[in-house]
Amino acid sequence: MHPAASVILFTTLSGAGYGLLGWLAAAALAGGALPQGPAAVALVLGLLAVTAGLLASTFHLGRPERAWRALSQVGSSWLSREGALALLTYPAALLFGYDLFVWPLGGAWPAIVAGVLLLLCLATVAATGMIYASLKPIPAWRHPLVVPGYLLFAAASGALLLLPLDLAAGGRLQPGLGLAAMLLCLLGLAAKAFYWGSLDRQSGRAGAPQGAALGLPELTAMRPLDPPQGQPGYLQREMGFRVARKHARRLRRIAAALAFLAPALLVLLAVLLRDPLAATALAAGAGLSCIAGLLCERWLFFAEARHVVADYYPPSP
Amino acid sequence: MTALPAPGPRRLGLVIDLDICVGCHACATACKSWNGGGAVTAPLTDFDPYGAAPDGVWLNRVHGFEVAGPAAPDGMTLHFPRSCLHCADAPCVTVCPTGASYKRADDGIVLVNPDSCIGCKLCSWACPYGAREYDMAEGVMRKCTLCVDRLEDDRLPEAERQPACVMACPTRARSFGDLADPASEVSLLVAARDGRDLMPDLGYRPTNKYLPPRPRRGETAALPEAGAHGGAADGVADGRAVAHPHPQDAGLAPPRGFWRLVDRLLSL
Repeated sequence: MHPAASVILFTTLSGAGYGLLGWLAAAALAGGALPQGPAAVALVLGLLAVTAGLLASTFHLGRPERAWRALSQVGSSWLSREGALALLTYPAALLFGYDLFVWPLGGAWPAIVAGVLLLLCLATVAATGMIYASLKPIPAWRHPLVVPGYLLFAAASGALLLLPLDLAAGGRLQPGLGLAAMLLCLLGLAAKAFYWGSLDRQSGRAGAPQGAALGLPELTAMRPLDPPQGQPGYLQREMGFRVARKHARRLRRIAAALAFLAPALLVLLAVLLRDPLAATALAAGAGLSCIAGLLCERWLFFAEARHVVADYYPPSP
Repeated sequence: MTALPAPGPRRLGLVIDLDICVGCHACATACKSWNGGGAVTAPLTDFDPYGAAPDGVWLNRVHGFEVAGPAAPDGMTLHFPRSCLHCADAPCVTVCPTGASYKRADDGIVLVNPDSCIGCKLCSWACPYGAREYDMAEGVMRKCTLCVDRLEDDRLPEAERQPACVMACPTRARSFGDLADPASEVSLLVAARDGRDLMPDLGYRPTNKYLPPRPRRGETAALPEAGAHGGAADGVADGRAVAHPHPQDAGLAPPRGFWRLVDRLLSL
C-alpha cells in the first residue's frame, strides 16, 4: 500500500496524543495526579497531538470540506466510528481540564470524567486499528496483533511523552510510570517482531492459488502479456507500492531501535539518575525517539502491506 | 445507508465469457465514452491524455495474460475484462464513512454518490478486484454503474437498455441480466458453462460471473495427457475437440474446388 504522509502522521500523532491523554486520566484515576503546571502542559500537548493528527488525516481526503459527512455511518464503518470517538474525546478532555484547573467537580465526578476519558482514548485508538484490520484484501493487516499493536504503540509513546513532564515536576508518578513505559516498549518490540515475522512467512494470499483472481484456480501458470494500460494507473500507485526487501530490513531495524530499544534504555537511565534536569532531558529524548521510530514503523506498516489487487498485475518473469 | 440492504428481488450483473473475449478493449472504450459524459459518473478525468505518460479514470480494464492449465497445458492467451462485480457482500459499501457508497435494494447495483463522497479512498482499499478508481481532479471515487442511466432511460429503445460495454462487445462475450432469476439467460449460461466467482475465498459473493475458457483444440479438460500429441480421431463433440494431427484445422472440412485453389495460393 502507498505510504501516504497524511495517514502516517495521522495514526502516529493521534496515537501518541490519545496515549498521553489516556495516561493523564489513568494517573488521575490512580490518585497520583500531577501538579497543575505539568498536568496543563500534558493536556494541551495531548490535545495538540490529537488535533494535528486529525488535521493531517483530512489531507488524505479529496474533498476535505465534506469531512463532516464522515461521522454519519457509525453503524457500519470503522472510519466513521474512529471519527465520532475522536470528536467525543474533546469534550471529555475539556471537562477533565475544567475539573483540574477551573472548578473542581464534586463527589465522584472527577473519577467518572477521568474514567470516560481513558475509555474514549482506548476506544479511539482501537477504532483506528480496526480501520485497517477490517480490510480483507490486505492480508497483512488481518493479523491479530494489528489492533493490539496500535494500542501498545499509543500507550508507549503517550507514556514517554508524559514521563519528562512528570520528572520535571519532581517525579510523583515514579517509578510506576517509568517502569510502565519500559515494559510497553519491550512489549511493543515483541509485538512488532512477531508481526514482521509472520509477514515474511506470508506469501501472496494464504491458501489461494494465483488463478483464483481470474476465477480459474486450476491454472498452473499465469504471466502478464498485454497490460490494460500503458502507464501505471491509480490502482498501481495506491495499491501496488513495493518496497525492496533490503530497504525494508534496514528500516525495520531503524524502527525497532528508535521506537522501542533506545527509549527503553533512555528511560532506564532517567529513572536511575538522581539529577532531575538530566532525567527530564533523557526522558524527553526517549519520547522524541519513540515518535520518530513509530513514524518509520508506520511507513513500513503501509509500504510492506500487499493488496490482493496486485494479483491482476503480476510482475513479468 | 452504508449498511447493506436486505437482498432484493433482482441481482443485475454481467456474465463474461473468457472463452470468446478477444481482448479488443471495445467494452472499456465504450464504457469510458458513455460514462465520461453520462449522468452518474461524468467526468472520467484524463491526465496528460496525449502526452508521454497518459493516465485517467477507467471503470473497465482489459488485461491480457498468458496462462496454462488443464484446458491448455501448452499455454494460451486469456483476455480478462475487469470491472465492478456488484458483490452481494460488498465491503466497499460498509467501510464508507459518509454513505456515499451504497447498494441499491431493488437490483443490487453498487453506486457512489459523487456529491457526498469525501475521497477518502477506503472503499478502493476494501475492494480486492480493483473496481474503483479515484478521480484526482474531482476528489471523488468512480466505479462501474452497470450504466443505470441506460437501464432506466425509457427514451432508449428497449433493446438498448443495457450497459454500454455489453452493447459494444463484437463477440458477444458479455451478457447482462438478472442473476437472481434462475430462468434468466445469464443464469442459464452460468449453469451450463460453470460460471465462476473471482477470489471466492474472500467471501464477497460477487454478482458478476466469469465463464472459464473451453479446452483448446487438441486438448480435453478431463484428460489433458490423452490429447497432448498425435492421435487419428477427427471432429468436434460437445464443443470439445479431440486429438487432431493439425490442431489448428480441427473441425474444418478440407477445402474443395475453387477454395482449394485459393487455399493453395494462400499457402505459397
